[in-house]
Amino acid sequence: MAKIVGAITTSHVPAIGKAIARNLQDDPYWKPFFDGFSQVHRWLERVRPDVAVILYNDHGLNFFLDKMPTFAVGAAPEYRNADEGWGIPTIPPVPGDQKLSWHLIERLVGEEFDITTCQEMLVDHAMTIPMALLWPGTGAWPVRTVPVCINTVQHPLPSALRCYKLGQAVGRAIEAYEEDLRVVVIGTGGLSHQLDGERAGFINKTFDLEFMEKLPVDPLWAARRSNHELVELTGTQGIELVMWLAARGALGGEAVTVHSNYHIPISNTAAGLMVMERRAA
Amino acid sequence: MSRPQSIPGTHLFDGAAAMKGYALNKMCYSFNSAANREAFKQDEDGYCERYGLNAQQREAVRHRNVLELIAAGGNVYYLAKLAGIFGLDVQDLGAQQTGLSKDEFKAKLVAAGR
Repeated sequence: MAKIVGAITTSHVPAIGKAIARNLQDDPYWKPFFDGFSQVHRWLERVRPDVAVILYNDHGLNFFLDKMPTFAVGAAPEYRNADEGWGIPTIPPVPGDQKLSWHLIERLVGEEFDITTCQEMLVDHAMTIPMALLWPGTGAWPVRTVPVCINTVQHPLPSALRCYKLGQAVGRAIEAYEEDLRVVVIGTGGLSHQLDGERAGFINKTFDLEFMEKLPVDPLWAARRSNHELVELTGTQGIELVMWLAARGALGGEAVTVHSNYHIPISNTAAGLMVMERRAA
Repeated sequence: MSRPQSIPGTHLFDGAAAMKGYALNKMCYSFNSAANREAFKQDEDGYCERYGLNAQQREAVRHRNVLELIAAGGNVYYLAKLAGIFGLDVQDLGAQQTGLSKDEFKAKLVAAGR
């Protein structure tokens, strides 16, 4: 049977892609951010996932406002990145796992999550930057992937609680999968930031740090809040923390933090990183 | 249905904005293609006309003004693709919207980490 080895949550700021392309990992601006990943690399070497299920939000690469699914699950043999308009280098295609995709789709719809399925799906920086951060170097990806996209472009967005429950259902689906796979669940986005409006540049360190502290032990502390409240507390784009809640949901039960990092600012964003595992029974 | 009080300086991109800004956002979405970015640069008026921008949207594009673009229904994720044509990043956009210089805006972000 498949086993969830843990969850990783990380920011996905596009500027990170530019920094990687220019080898700025040791630059003083970037070092506190990139240094946070060395422990995650060691953790990944230890837990050796076969597959990554990645919860992320598209920013206008694959989905436009003509058709905007609330939840979309990839079911493609591979996922390609493409030009997003402002010049970050694309990454090599990421392999999919169609059999696991359709298993997740069956289970999620069976649990009344009326998702959209995508046999062709471009994936944007919200998936490719975490891939490049977690498995740096060659682009010969050591994992297959199943992307799960959550709408954070156009309100009404799904509630934080709904995203958390989606993650719980993803977790149950993985655990019910017959193959002996090791699966890592990744949630990308956040933490607090706001790109648009007169409040642009808004960051809320106090909230972010409390959110990271509560996430493993009391995810409902954040998940029970309305989207309006979350935008007020974390910024219009800070709402991407719902990806973190979904990834946490996949772990179920109680969880512990294995590693975390938090750094302000990366571009306009408070950058967060966590690795969580289930608490041993 | 009662709506919660608005958040100062914050514009939620909802159904009303999505309808209002559809043409503008559709044009910006087209800038995922380098050929389309080039076509816009060659003939900005013609390109805007082809996407059916209304007068408010056309003026906002002409002014390169983010708050005007948002008021015209623009969504920041699509607007970022337009801004990229002018070589502007999200910190330029942030500085413009808050009336700060880019250095001042960056300093504000650094201060948020203390």
